[in-house]
Amino acid sequence: MNRIATTFTALKAQNKKALIPFITAGDSDPSMTVPLMRELVKAGADIIELGVPFSDPMADGPTIQRSSERALKHHVGLRDVMDMVAEFRKTDINTPVVLMGYANPVEAMGQENFAAKAKECDVDGVLIVDYPPEECASWVKQLNRYEIDAIFLLSPTTPPKRMEQVAKMAQGYIYYVSLKGVTGASHLDLSEVSNMLTQLRSFISIPIGVGFGIRDGATAKAVSVLADAVVVGSRIIEEIEKSPKTEVLANVGNLLKSLRNAIDESHGSASCR
Amino acid sequence: MKAYDLPDKQGHFGPYGGVFVAETLISALDDLRVQYERYQNDEKFQAEFADELNHYVGRPSPIYHARRWSAHLGGAQILLKREDLNHTGAHKVNNTVGQALLARRMGKSRIIAETGAGQHGVASATVAARYGMECVVYMGAEDVKRQATNVYRMKLLGATVVPVESGSRTLKDALNEAMRDWVTNVENTFYIIGTVAGPHPYPMMVRDFQTVIGNEAKKQMQDEYGRQPDALIACVGGGSNAIGLFYPYINDENVRMIGVEAAGKGIETDQHAATLMKGRPGVLHGNRTYLIQDENGQIIETHSVSAGLDYPGVGPEHAWLKDIGRASYAAVTDDEALDAFHTLCRYEGIMPALESSHALAYAARHAQTLDKDKLLLVNLSGRGDKDMATVAEMSGIKL
Repeated sequence: MNRIATTFTALKAQNKKALIPFITAGDSDPSMTVPLMRELVKAGADIIELGVPFSDPMADGPTIQRSSERALKHHVGLRDVMDMVAEFRKTDINTPVVLMGYANPVEAMGQENFAAKAKECDVDGVLIVDYPPEECASWVKQLNRYEIDAIFLLSPTTPPKRMEQVAKMAQGYIYYVSLKGVTGASHLDLSEVSNMLTQLRSFISIPIGVGFGIRDGATAKAVSVLADAVVVGSRIIEEIEKSPKTEVLANVGNLLKSLRNAIDESHGSASCR
Repeated sequence: MKAYDLPDKQGHFGPYGGVFVAETLISALDDLRVQYERYQNDEKFQAEFADELNHYVGRPSPIYHARRWSAHLGGAQILLKREDLNHTGAHKVNNTVGQALLARRMGKSRIIAETGAGQHGVASATVAARYGMECVVYMGAEDVKRQATNVYRMKLLGATVVPVESGSRTLKDALNEAMRDWVTNVENTFYIIGTVAGPHPYPMMVRDFQTVIGNEAKKQMQDEYGRQPDALIACVGGGSNAIGLFYPYINDENVRMIGVEAAGKGIETDQHAATLMKGRPGVLHGNRTYLIQDENGQIIETHSVSAGLDYPGVGPEHAWLKDIGRASYAAVTDDEALDAFHTLCRYEGIMPALESSHALAYAARHAQTLDKDKLLLVNLSGRGDKDMATVAEMSGIKL
């Protein structure tokens, strides 16, 4: 079993839900990323989604776009991001790392090169926002050759027939986009999420994570009742953005702990690891 | 040779094109594709489109023989397809009329558009007013400053212009922002893309609406000259005016097709927008195509004196036509384009858009190498009134 599956199995045994924070690699400067990843794990992250900066992040809102721009000021490229994962692995061999980003940096490196290098650096899963299943049969093959999970998005606009098709290709976990919009938006409709997840479960056996629009303990808690994992991105990046450099780690750690506690509360487990 | 029949069902032109978007947009694009396939061959829709082009846009646009300029150059005869005479002053409106009619059929009450120089924004605002729809235009904050007159034109037509402050604050960022709006408001909103780029079905659909240019030209050439031109020449940013002229000729192997990109300050510098000549294939804005990018796959800012050519990508069909050798692509610098702008003003009394001036500059260069009985058909894609401030500034004149 790979790390992602192992993580979800272990959580299930403890009746807990996964907390998946997202940060952009190289934000706000490259030396911050590995310490931040370690802090996130310490504060209760089960899986880390590490964003690959891109000049044109079409599916993201202003917060994540700004984080990309800060990283790009330091010319953080895909190779640098992979090196950060390798560095992180020196002290953490258990926490799954999922790279998340856009197609063009992968295309520039070459799909096969990318998969080989990702394996070398011990990446567990990859989600490329603008590689929908229709366009990436060869891509999934490359990833699987190197035992890396191809993670896919589903959204409120995905019709049932397509859910079934995507479910056949999806590995690791499904990332369900909770709203029609970009990352960082704030109009999460819980009853709609609940309806969609019920539908999704009839097609999908792997865990389902929900992201977009989760901004505090209350929404994290409510989502964790419905889903297997809660993904938080923009809110963490806001914390990085507004904290003085010396306080970033502590502030992000505290934020994540509060989310962890909120999620665990709803499942009768008070521990915060 | 097998007749050209691209794109395939999934919108691919060889390895290019396709649908590279986030999941949230897939169903909207599917819906658009299904609806467009339905109306593509629907007689009533096509009749209404043709009627609007004739009575609202003012088509057909003539082919004009630039005799005095041709004589001055001393080579091939240069013919101009006068898209500059269309309502709103450019070829852009052919496409916005088509897409607005489709939006109405699909029951969408709101249209959005991205714009660089403002020509597509104006053409979108125009049809929104014509059909009584709400219109929001995304425009890079830099471009809003550079194109104040067009911003005001759009506002006069009732559109809301949203300055985009993210990224390089130019056309590509306006496109990103329009996509984000579409993702958020997909139920009541139709996104009118202005060029033959973006995810399928846009490159095909915009091409189809623009082929009125080439279809008319083919008939006019036969009627008025008794033969087809030796070469077609058009400028290429995204490439919609070029594909509109080229496409009906694609199976006529003896008609050369030449696309002219913006070499800016020179293709040997990093200040150009010659995507096909200097870029590498990649994925941006929903399709696979040539892109101007760095070694990490980040998109690089481009430069051209002409805002309409200042784009780091290019329509996927041009990428394919280049690879298979059916079309060839050249580049013309800011200075050469400006020179052609002035020459056409003085020799023919026609003020061309700076975009079109790139095609004219190449045509002038090429004509001089050919005999006098050769015919070059240049797409004069727009008029140059919008560029007067830029030209004056470049000539050191204060208006």
